[in-house]
Amino acid sequence: MKFRLASSPHQHIRRDTGQVMRLVILAMIPGVLLQTWFFGWGTVIQIGLAIITAVVTEAAILELRKRDFERALKDYSAVLTAMLLAVSIPPFAPWWVIVIGTFFAIGIVKQLYGGLGFNVFNPAMAAYVMLLVSFPVQMTQWIPPVNLAQYSHNFMDALNAVFTGFSVEGFSLAQLKTGIDGVTMATPLDTVKTGLAQGFTYSETIERPIFDSVISGLGVASSWISLGYLLGGLYLLKQKVINWHIPLSMIAGLFICSLIMSLVDSDLYPSSLFHLFNGSIIIGAFFIATDPVSASTTNKGRIIFGAAIGVWVYLIREWGGYPDAVAFAVLIMNMAVPLIDYYTRPRTYGHSSSKRKSKDKAQS
Amino acid sequence: MQNNFDDIIDKLDKGELWDFPGGVFPAERKTLSNQTPIAKLPIPERLYVTVKQHIGVEGHLIVEVGQKVLKGQALTKSMNPFAVPVHASTSGEITAIHKHVSAHPSGLPELTVQITSDQDDKWTQLSPMVDYQNQPKTKVLAAICDAGISGMGGAGFPTHIKSSPKKDVDFLIINGIECEPYITSDDRLMREHSWQIRQGIDVLCHLLKPKHVLIGIENNKPEAIEAMQVACRENPNYRVCTIPTKYPAGGEKQLIQVLTNREVPAQGLPVDVGVIMHNVGTCFAIADAIFAGKPLISRVVTVTGEAVEKPSNVWALIGSPIAHLLTHCEYKQTLQKQSNIIMGGPMMGFNVSSDLVPVVKTTNCILAPTDNEMASNNEQACIRCSACADACPASLLPQQLFWHAKAKELDKAQDYNLFDCIECGACAYVCPSEIPLVHYYRIAKAEIRVEQEDKQKSDKARDRFEKREARLIAEQQARDEKHRLAAEARKQAMASNGNNSKDKIAAALARAKAKKQALSEVDDKAIEATELAPANTSEQTAKAEVAEPATKVASSNQRVQAAIARAKAKKAAAEVTDINTELKDKDDASNLKDEQLKQPQQHIDVKKQPNKVSMSTKTVVTDSIPKAVETPPTEKPTITDSKQAKIAAAVAKAKAKREAQKAANSQVAAEPVSAAKVDNIKTVSADELVKTEEQQIDMKKRRIAAAVAKAKAKKAAEKADKSS
Repeated sequence: MKFRLASSPHQHIRRDTGQVMRLVILAMIPGVLLQTWFFGWGTVIQIGLAIITAVVTEAAILELRKRDFERALKDYSAVLTAMLLAVSIPPFAPWWVIVIGTFFAIGIVKQLYGGLGFNVFNPAMAAYVMLLVSFPVQMTQWIPPVNLAQYSHNFMDALNAVFTGFSVEGFSLAQLKTGIDGVTMATPLDTVKTGLAQGFTYSETIERPIFDSVISGLGVASSWISLGYLLGGLYLLKQKVINWHIPLSMIAGLFICSLIMSLVDSDLYPSSLFHLFNGSIIIGAFFIATDPVSASTTNKGRIIFGAAIGVWVYLIREWGGYPDAVAFAVLIMNMAVPLIDYYTRPRTYGHSSSKRKSKDKAQS
Repeated sequence: MQNNFDDIIDKLDKGELWDFPGGVFPAERKTLSNQTPIAKLPIPERLYVTVKQHIGVEGHLIVEVGQKVLKGQALTKSMNPFAVPVHASTSGEITAIHKHVSAHPSGLPELTVQITSDQDDKWTQLSPMVDYQNQPKTKVLAAICDAGISGMGGAGFPTHIKSSPKKDVDFLIINGIECEPYITSDDRLMREHSWQIRQGIDVLCHLLKPKHVLIGIENNKPEAIEAMQVACRENPNYRVCTIPTKYPAGGEKQLIQVLTNREVPAQGLPVDVGVIMHNVGTCFAIADAIFAGKPLISRVVTVTGEAVEKPSNVWALIGSPIAHLLTHCEYKQTLQKQSNIIMGGPMMGFNVSSDLVPVVKTTNCILAPTDNEMASNNEQACIRCSACADACPASLLPQQLFWHAKAKELDKAQDYNLFDCIECGACAYVCPSEIPLVHYYRIAKAEIRVEQEDKQKSDKARDRFEKREARLIAEQQARDEKHRLAAEARKQAMASNGNNSKDKIAAALARAKAKKQALSEVDDKAIEATELAPANTSEQTAKAEVAEPATKVASSNQRVQAAIARAKAKKAAAEVTDINTELKDKDDASNLKDEQLKQPQQHIDVKKQPNKVSMSTKTVVTDSIPKAVETPPTEKPTITDSKQAKIAAAVAKAKAKREAQKAANSQVAAEPVSAAKVDNIKTVSADELVKTEEQQIDMKKRRIAAAVAKAKAKKAAEKADKSS
């Protein structure tokens, strides 16, 4: 009779990596639905393209690396990366943008670093930054919400737009971008930034007629989508898939910075709420910065990591060249993770505080 | 920093407790086995009593194969304080003493006494100690030790050692937590034998004199809590504390943290924070040992899991093969694809490699799960989710430890406090990638231990080597210094015509020299040379001769010695003939002598007699000639020896004469010298023949000198062999 031999513990919690990833994907659904609601089928098409590219890339590279790709694909990490990238880019961006981006995310940022668990940078954000730097035009062509668009578009239009640049009726992307009032849509963050650059104050900018449509258009949409992702994020917190440290500290970092600055000069600096519910702060805080692989792993470290991202976002938004900055901030802090982890080790049971320990070491 | 005793009591009075970080909540599954009373089992046909069942040293066997033993009879004995005996769990015959598969994760065979039961179950003579309170502590401790009691909670630390701490004890904590899922042996024991457990606590209180006794029980065992509360009602100093269920609350360090908020320092013991902890099972066994005189020969074992039809607790005799227990509880092998028996709980237990593994003193559970119950490990890449860090009760960073352990960066793993891991398995339990983290830590720990042992060994070797080198250098220096002094002394002695010298030969030599000096009208320089050269020659000759009787049997050696003597004489003669090169030759001669001295010295060094050696060095160098004369007498030279010696001397003489003649022919100045040499040789040989009469110096000195001479002779012989 042969006996089974395994190392203790023999019992495991019934949640594996694949389940964790699926839970995160599940939590994204409210946000994705809202995004589709506001911007049409483009988002869904982008997600589909991204997932296909991600899975094919992952499988191909794992095959090249002689790994068991079937098992690796079951962890859903590639799918999650694809989704995060897809919701970050404009819905009508040409198909090759998302394909190149996803290939970069999976092939270069993730697999070339050793695959799941070994990548230094957040794959979706690294790919996003690559795309933004490489294809600035395609990456900034945000379309107005469906209800405000001059020309309505259905699924086939979206499909056509993504693959050919024209809708079924032959409207160009530029036309699709045009709002109901004939003005090309820009994001609120963009508008404020442009307004400030043009010498208007913050309050003047938001009082300008153009901003009304922006606010009621992209602004409202953005806030709703943020709420959708917030819902998903809270679900993840409740499911203990993520810890509160990173989302909270990131939001707090941005909130406190913007609060201080808007108190200093409310003409020049937008309010905290404006910052929080515009752009990709919420999805960034709950879904992107919490990517366990590239984030800090100690509790203290997570707080530092999150808060620093919040501060970076603010710095780049206010004084940097880009209207939004979550991707840059996350990548910058990804680089700092080993350092943060090293210096935020918790005190082990039975040991005096780590500072004293290092002192002892220095003495001995 | 450490919590004050009164503050702790205040907080406990309020019904509050502390908490430990991390922890997990695995499904308890305790109702499987805790519904029925502890069952008595029939006596197994064969028992396998492992000789070592605790942490410490094993005793010596005091039984032999074929011997009949009675129940409770000790099988081993030891004077070592870290040894506790094992006992025969039933009466019968010892049918074998051999290596048998052990109750250890490795399953490696260990020395085991196999007892074939006679089914009489007849007790040996028992000696209870009911009036333990009037007995000295040492006697009570001895009784506990003789009963073979070691910690029954897990580690198996000898109880008598834990019960005799050198520090004051604030809290005696009785661990009835039993935080591992499935296990209910302590639960049932507390429900059914709370009074006896309390008696055990009484005994421990007598030994430890704690300020307060805390009995910790998890809140998932209300019946046990109640039973213990009833049993401890009379004594206000005993407090039953209900602990929230969280794994691993039953870990020693964790329970101390929960009850007192004190932390056992790293590499420290609980007593360092004024706490001693004992398991309820140990208390029960102590009461058995003191009040009934019964040694630890049985314990409660939970047999559970979905692959057994009747999961329950049983009284298992120590040494029962687990197959016996499983049969009793109707284990269905068909419910498992591959036999999967775990000794201990699902979190920290280990798979056994055979169903003949015996129950030992620390066995609290035999778990036979179905395939669905226990997931198989399907290791995936770590995604750094750090769920493990959130679960770790010691606030370690398991994924960093894993990273370094896997990469074999052992120093870094230690830097992350690898050795503070209590291997509770909480990290691996929560790991979504199902990485067997604890396994990696165990391997890393074992590797570090091996590395440390190796390092210790090499350090010791290096230390030894360095010390030896230093010693050799020091001795060399001392020798050189003595040589120099000796040479000076000799020079002086010769210059002053050898008066006051107790050395007859030296005196004779000096006389002869003086005579020759008077006779020959050569310049001072020449005289000086002649003085020194013969001195050397005679010394060497004498040495060679000493060697002869000393190495009695080695006649070939003697011949070699003689040859050397001859060669020396020749050389010396040749030396003195050349007046122009006298000084250089003198140096050479002394160098040669030095070398000769050096080598035997080293030879003796190896035998680690530095004192003797240096002493003998001194004597040899300063008084080499007399010593040589004195040494042999204790051992009577055989006839052949003396004969050969005589022959050698004769040959040497003849040689020397011839040389002398030659020298005389070539140079007048050399003549007296050669003559003197011949004289020397003559004297020495003569001395050798009459040496038995010359026993003027004490025996000890002589023996040392003999040893040195022997060694020297040997070395010289070797050298001669080599050169020839």
